[in-house]
Order: sequence, then C-alpha cells, then structure tokens
Amino acid sequence: MARKFLPQVATANDLYEGDVIYFTPQGGWTRDLSDAAVAHDPEAAEALLKAASAFPLQVVGVYLADVEVVDGRPAPVHFREVFRTRGPSNYFHGKQAEEA
Amino acid sequence: MYSYSNFDSDFVHSRVKEFRGQVERRLDGSLTEDEFKPLRLMNGLYLQLHAYMLRVAVPYGTLNGRQMRQLAHIADTWDKGYGHFTTRQNIQFNWPKLQDVPDILEALADVGMHAIQTSGNCIRNVTSDHYAGAAADEIEDPRPTAELIRQWSTDHPEFAYLPRKFKVAVTGSPNDRAVTKAHDIGLRMVRNDAGEPGYEVVIGGGLGRTPMVGKVVRDFLPKADLLAYLEAILQVYNLSGRRDNKYKARIKILVHETGLEELRARIEDTFARQCRLLPDVDPATLARIEAAFAAPDWDSRPAPQAPVVEAGLRSFIDTNVTAHKRPEYAIVSVSIKPIGGTPGDATSAQMRTLADLAERYSHDELRISHEQNVILPHVHRADLAAVYAELRAAGLATANIGLVSDIIACPGMDYCALATARSIPIAQQISEAFADLDAQRDIGPLKIKISGCINACGHHHVGHIGILGLDRAGVENYQITLGGDGTETTTIGTRTGPGFAYDEIVPAVQRLIEAYLDIRETAEETFLQTYRRVGLDPFKAALYEAEDAARAA
Repeated sequence: MARKFLPQVATANDLYEGDVIYFTPQGGWTRDLSDAAVAHDPEAAEALLKAASAFPLQVVGVYLADVEVVDGRPAPVHFREVFRTRGPSNYFHGKQAEEA
Repeated sequence: MYSYSNFDSDFVHSRVKEFRGQVERRLDGSLTEDEFKPLRLMNGLYLQLHAYMLRVAVPYGTLNGRQMRQLAHIADTWDKGYGHFTTRQNIQFNWPKLQDVPDILEALADVGMHAIQTSGNCIRNVTSDHYAGAAADEIEDPRPTAELIRQWSTDHPEFAYLPRKFKVAVTGSPNDRAVTKAHDIGLRMVRNDAGEPGYEVVIGGGLGRTPMVGKVVRDFLPKADLLAYLEAILQVYNLSGRRDNKYKARIKILVHETGLEELRARIEDTFARQCRLLPDVDPATLARIEAAFAAPDWDSRPAPQAPVVEAGLRSFIDTNVTAHKRPEYAIVSVSIKPIGGTPGDATSAQMRTLADLAERYSHDELRISHEQNVILPHVHRADLAAVYAELRAAGLATANIGLVSDIIACPGMDYCALATARSIPIAQQISEAFADLDAQRDIGPLKIKISGCINACGHHHVGHIGILGLDRAGVENYQITLGGDGTETTTIGTRTGPGFAYDEIVPAVQRLIEAYLDIRETAEETFLQTYRRVGLDPFKAALYEAEDAARAA
C-alpha cells in the first residue's frame, strides 16, 4: 500500500554557516520552518524540490521533509526534524538561541 | 614528543593553502557541492545536522601544552568556546563556518596539527594507548610505531581510495587500553623467545553494523618488517575488499567471507613476493622517531612518604590516578565527565588549565583517551595535591574514572547527521541518576557506552552495558547489550531483548545496576564478573519482568 502523502517542505543547510534552512513561498530561504512553503500533493512536492534545488551557491543537501500543518503553519513530524528546528539538547545553541 | 620536521610542516601548510583555494572555488561556483564534498572530507570537514563540524586529528592521542592552548584559541575564535574529544582520540569543533575553516587549519598547522585523513576511505588517524610512554605494564612506548605508520600512511598514493575507511591501533602493553581487537589492524607489542620486541598483528576487528573481534594473522612480526607487512595487508584488502556494498566493504567482512587461513596465505604470499622487496624500516628514520619520544628528564625528588589524609584528594587518587613506570610518578586521568555534563566536552578555559598543568607538572605532555578523557601522563607524586587543587578549581576533578558516570557517548542526534537517536542526554541522565560518588564507588568498575546509531562510534558493543539508539517507526528507541569488553579479552555484548523508549532507558539501566548489587557475591565482584558468572537471565528479568507485570495489571 502506498504511504499516505503528508504535506512537505523543502529543507537544506546554508552553504556558509551550515544552519538549517527552508524554502519559502517567495522563492527564497528562511531559517524558520513556520515561514516555509508547503506542498500538499506529490506533484507540488516535486515542483518544490526542483525549485529549491536551483541555489547551489547558497545551500547544500536539499530534500523534502514531512510536516503537519498547525494553525496554517508547517510543523515538524519526525523527531529529527524537530531537533533541526531547535538545535542540540545539551546546550542552548543553534536556532533556539537565535530566537531567544 | 614528536615535533614536525620542516618536511611535515611544509606539507600541512601546503595542504591548507590548497584547501583555501578549494573553498574559494566552492564559494564562487567553480566547484559544485558534489565536487567539493570529497575535498572537504579529506580535510576533516563534515556537514552535520545544525552546522559544519571539523574533526581534528590528535595523532595517537598525544598533545603538548602549546597545541592544547591552540585548540582553546580555535574554540574561542571560530567556534562556541568548547571542543568535543572523541572516541577516536580526536577533537571535534561543532560550529565552524565554511569560510573560516582555512584559517582554523592554518592555526592548526602552526602548531603541527591538521585534520587530514580524519574522514574518507583512507588510513585514518592511528590510535594508541592513552598511557603510552608512562604505563607501568608497557613493553615499549607504542607511539614511535604509531608515528611511523602516520608518516607511511599520510597521502600514501596506493591507499587513498580503499574500499572503506581503515583504522589502525597500537598498544605497547599486554593490558589493552586501545581496543586494538576492534580495529581493522591491531598491533600489540610483544617479545619473542629471544626477547626481541615485535608485534602480534590482529586484523578484521571492528564494531558498527557487523561487530567482529579481530583475529591474529601473525603471532610475531619483527619490528623491521612492520611497514612491508602493513603494505601486504593493505594491498590484499585494496584488491579483494568488496566495493559493491559499503556495508560489506571493511576488512572484517573480507576476513569473515574469505576465512583467516586463506587470507593469511594471501597476505604472507604478497609479503614474501613483493613487499619483501621494499626496504626494511629505515633504522635511521626509526631512531629519529624514537628519539623524539625519549623519556623526559625525570624529576629526582623522592616520592612523598606521608599518607594522604585529605578525603577529596584520597578519593581522587583512588579513582583517577594510575601506576606510572617510575614509582615516584603517577598517571593522572582528568575526567571530562562531570556529573550531568556532556562526555568529552571541554571549554576553552578548561583546555588552558590542562595546557598549563601539562607544562608545569607533566613534562609538557597530554593524552586524549578513547574514553573521552584527558591524561596528564607524568605527574610527580609530590605534585598530586597541587594538581588536584587546580583541577578542582577548574571543575575538572570529578573522581569517577572507570565508574558508572564515566560514560562514552557519541555526539548522537544532537549533532551528527548519521545518527538515528540522541546519545548525549541519555549519558547526562544516567550520570545524574548516579550522581553520588560514594554510591558510584560502591557499584565499582562499570563501563557504559552509548551510540546514537548502528555505526557504533560510542563503542556500545564493548560496553559492560551498551546502549544503542535507534529510530523505531519515528520514535527514539534504545537497545541494551550486556557483557561487552574492549580490553585484551575483547567480547561483543549480547542484546537483552526489545529496546526501551527515551524516557524508559535510564530507569532500565538503574534496574540493571540494582540487580547487579543484589546478586554480586562480594563487593569486589565487578558488574562484568557477575554477568559472566550468572549470565543474561537475571538481568533480563530485572529489565523486563517489572514491565511485563505492569502491562498485565
């Protein structure tokens, strides 16, 4: 049985800093998952991945990550993606520190 | 200790220059990521979960004060003020920016350090006994051998594209503190019947997805034949090792699939036919290297006679101090495992304290252990109280070496892109759960080792209690293995059964230790001895019966 399609975002790491980034509806990149463009079907996801892959001088390792939409904003599903929105759990470093 | 010749120094500086150009070409678009990635990996630069990570080699775990101070400088200037000592005796910086990495490598080169061959399918940094040159049980210092292998393997053109990475470990002592039987090649210094020093050569050990204990391929190899014999092993592996499946590409699989006898015949044949033609290890080169590791000018003061009365110092000496080959000296293990801390993480201030102590009290020598601690190898016993006081002031005097809170943990999913679950917070919580050092001493010697994925950087297979973090249907899940041993009696631990959830694993470890305390025959019987006596069953009962009962209720 084919897996049920979950909404997806395109994510990558910033070429210079390595930080986690997400592709936006405006065709740019954001450090905040809640501002990411969400694809709601496989065709849209494919198009999103293609569009996000056109920035070899800015980003590394583009891939699609499952999300759930909460109050109209994407939120991570898998725990790895949760950690990517936050940073490590042993120190207050990474995104959690930048937001504070 | 060994200091770089002009040749070594020019080489690492020229590699930095080359990498600086490669980074520039990546940033201006001349190199694609696919082209750049193998180049950055050759210089130890990974892209991890939240940032880049730079892995710096600490050859055979030996550093001097100046080098440690430079690591502190790098941590402050280009990272977040700390570094992470790894189970490969390396140090990793978790937050460098790509454009800064050439400057970091330049700073390393200035003190004879680098990040070369800390990644990729090449011969990696050679590891060794962290008590090398100081241990009371040592036949010979293993570091000249390790340095010889470093020189031979660095940029060796034939072995730059092996089927998979290749790790060599050397020990000079019968008590194996370098886990040599879990390496692609393990060298153990031995003496033959004539009393001449040489090596017992072990191949095909490794942890990871398919853990295997290395097998003895040669009982006694004369020292002069070392490089020729290594060439023979590597040639056979380079030609016959599998390249079709990266999970079957390590030499341990070749040994397993070919059989030791057949492989030994091929190695010995290659050695006799080809490698014998290679010159012996050049005696002048070896003499130069050995001279670099000559013993320091020992301090002639006698050992103090008065017994130690201060309780804190006494416990510190009991747990963190080991016999030195000279009775008036001691080996001090500095625990980088404060209660609740991240195993192996040292701040720049702590690094400077360690550099300072090394210069003043340890003949300017430091070692990094694969157990993620730092060693002051040559401390005069008259200085122990002073060293302890300074360590305490720097938050580095935790008296827990070899105890339940001296945990090995890989970076896990807090940092590593390959990880399937977190390791560090599990280590922190176990450490907190057993915070009381008196209780830890009552539990006795116990090695807990945690890996956040099947690649086993945390050596969980050889932990007395091993913990492996996995992703089970999108949830972190932790499997337990028991009875592992990384010493000369290397044993792969046995899995207890189903894994535990993130919030269940620490109570599970507590139940294991309570069970041990219940069933040990005497306070001297260690966890591992008890396990070997009673087997898995009583521990399985402790792990699962309470759970089953709760479920049935």
